[in-house]
Amino acid sequence: MNSAAPEVKRDALEPDAQADGIAISAHGLTKSFGELVAVDHIDLQVAKRQVYGFLGPNGSGKSTTIRMLCGLLTPSSGDIEVLGLRIPEQAEDLRRHIGYMTQKFSLFEDLTVRENLEFLAAIQGVAKAKTKSRIDELIEQYHFKDRQKQLAGTLSGGQKQRLALACAVIHEPELLFLDEPTSAVDPESRRDFWEKLFELADIGTTLLVSTHLMDEAERCHQLAILDHGKMVANGTPGELTAKLEGRTLLVEAADPRRVQRALVAVPGVLGVAQVGTALRVLIAAADASTDDAASTRQRIGDALAKSGLKAEVADAPPNLEDVFVAATRSDSTRAREQKDAGRDA
Amino acid sequence: MKFRRLWAIVVKELRQLRRDRMTAAMIVGIPVIQLTLFGYAINTNVRGLQAGIADQANTAGSRALVMDMLATDVVTPVAKVDTPQQLMEMIRRGKISVGIAIPPDFERRRFEGREAVQILVDGSDTAVQSAVVQLAQVPVDSYKPDARVPAVSTPPSGQVSVVAFYNPERRSAVNIVPGLIGVILTMTMVLFTGIAIVRERERGNMELLIATPLTSAELMIGKVLPYIAIGFIQTSVVLALGTFLFKVPIHGSLLDVYLAAGLLIFGNLSLGLLISTRAQSQFQAMQMSFFVFLPSILLSGFMFPFAGMPKPIQYFAEILPLTHFLRLIRGVMLRGGALWELWPDVLALLAFTLVMMTLAILRFRKRLD
Repeated sequence: MNSAAPEVKRDALEPDAQADGIAISAHGLTKSFGELVAVDHIDLQVAKRQVYGFLGPNGSGKSTTIRMLCGLLTPSSGDIEVLGLRIPEQAEDLRRHIGYMTQKFSLFEDLTVRENLEFLAAIQGVAKAKTKSRIDELIEQYHFKDRQKQLAGTLSGGQKQRLALACAVIHEPELLFLDEPTSAVDPESRRDFWEKLFELADIGTTLLVSTHLMDEAERCHQLAILDHGKMVANGTPGELTAKLEGRTLLVEAADPRRVQRALVAVPGVLGVAQVGTALRVLIAAADASTDDAASTRQRIGDALAKSGLKAEVADAPPNLEDVFVAATRSDSTRAREQKDAGRDA
Repeated sequence: MKFRRLWAIVVKELRQLRRDRMTAAMIVGIPVIQLTLFGYAINTNVRGLQAGIADQANTAGSRALVMDMLATDVVTPVAKVDTPQQLMEMIRRGKISVGIAIPPDFERRRFEGREAVQILVDGSDTAVQSAVVQLAQVPVDSYKPDARVPAVSTPPSGQVSVVAFYNPERRSAVNIVPGLIGVILTMTMVLFTGIAIVRERERGNMELLIATPLTSAELMIGKVLPYIAIGFIQTSVVLALGTFLFKVPIHGSLLDVYLAAGLLIFGNLSLGLLISTRAQSQFQAMQMSFFVFLPSILLSGFMFPFAGMPKPIQYFAEILPLTHFLRLIRGVMLRGGALWELWPDVLALLAFTLVMMTLAILRFRKRLD
């Protein structure tokens, strides 16, 4: 799927990058702002024509990483190669090949839809002869036919994001960075938006999308989970959830709030989240401590019996939220357990 | 540098400007308001001071004198009282700022050439004081030659000298208008461009722009070009109003006037850009603009004579573009000089522009850190 063949007609990039079909590779990528380490030794490989997701809470280093990858921020240390170009040294050359959609709406609110597109076409160097047809094409594709003369500032959240995407791809970039593109958009617009992203991937664009929404993360081909500047997990969504098989339980209880309080204290329980009247419980992996998952279940049963609360425990299929919780909680929980019990991992 | 990208920035700026009613209004509004303010309101020729009159003589001669004084327009009568004490009381209470006291023996004093009239002034306002002190000299001086003439109500010849006395002060408008071109250009040009780039940063447009192939120079120059045109529009507004309202002469060539304005526009725009690359917010850019604006107005020689300032201040004022522009524009407009005759100031403005523009382009990083 990642074969280099369809890429050959793309221009002037280093042949080896073409050959192995890697769009982005970064090693030991670090960025610190004074004391704060925003991005901490991230290693990253993004294959071409993929939708690669960064999943993480606010402040996890997603935006900073993206900004470093497109050369807007200078890394404190680490190597970056994007489309065969060394970043930040060759950032200027890279700019012609990438599109960047910022987290905050960054088009001109006091220009109309068409004026924004015209401006970016000129700035991005879309051939003059092609400009008009390209803009017409985008206006058609992104459903702005009736809104060409509307000021961008008066568009709805979803429309703004669509326009931002249209502007970001006006020069047909081979690599597109999207920083939380749909965080302020209703679910309907979000679905449309993702349709557009997959269409772009179909025509050979590589997309790097950051998000804190689990349902969006699930759509990505590949996923990296970031937390406190570190990459805590990566793989396809399927791989990531498969690793948690047997570690997610559904606890049905009449009084979920009290059961939750009882379960949080049980060693080996990484997270308890209420879902309706049930509780989703994530337990530590078998190799996470000297206890295995089975005995954690045992302890959950004991805790429930001791508290006298009625509850039914069943297995549940793991989802990305569990992956996220497992990836972000395991370290600290483990450390705490070790301290509490004086055991080695 | 690609002309197409540069032009795209220019077009964008103009389109945004057209929709930014406030800024668009400022382009013409500021020159009109400032010209009216400085031309009419801020006038060293003080007029219409509220005056009380205590005419204890009440003769034909004293009444004629009062009428003559009122005819100068320096004072407007608001009260007629009986004694000088009442005048003092009214001045203390702020009812009037000038009191004209004519003693009962006015005719004899006048005949003997003694002090015949006393003018009481609210000295707490130095501008009023200096204006009226000059007024006070009018009757004494003008009546002296008349002193031996029989006391009939001949209109005092001093009235002529009153007019002559205030005439030079009408020239203050003539002096202010050329300088005002400079003040307005300093105020608006630095402010507009100072805000220009910060605004993009504040609204988040900058992150988009720097991720494109747009170069620093294209962005800077593209942002500046529309404002050059605006600067010339403002210059024309002030020139037109100055000629129309205040009959300010342009003794030199009009081309030189616009060339001088152009030099100042370039200087201020590049300074504004430098501010813009430093400021973190539009508010900060405004603060920095005023940081430049105040010394420009006070030290350039627009308000106070340059020669009267201490040497260190003069050296500092030499850095300000307005100082050089004032020398140029007064030289061209009022003395009818040619721009090339004033080459040191032309050179100073060019050097200022070059340094500021270079610093701005160097300081502007296509990075977020």
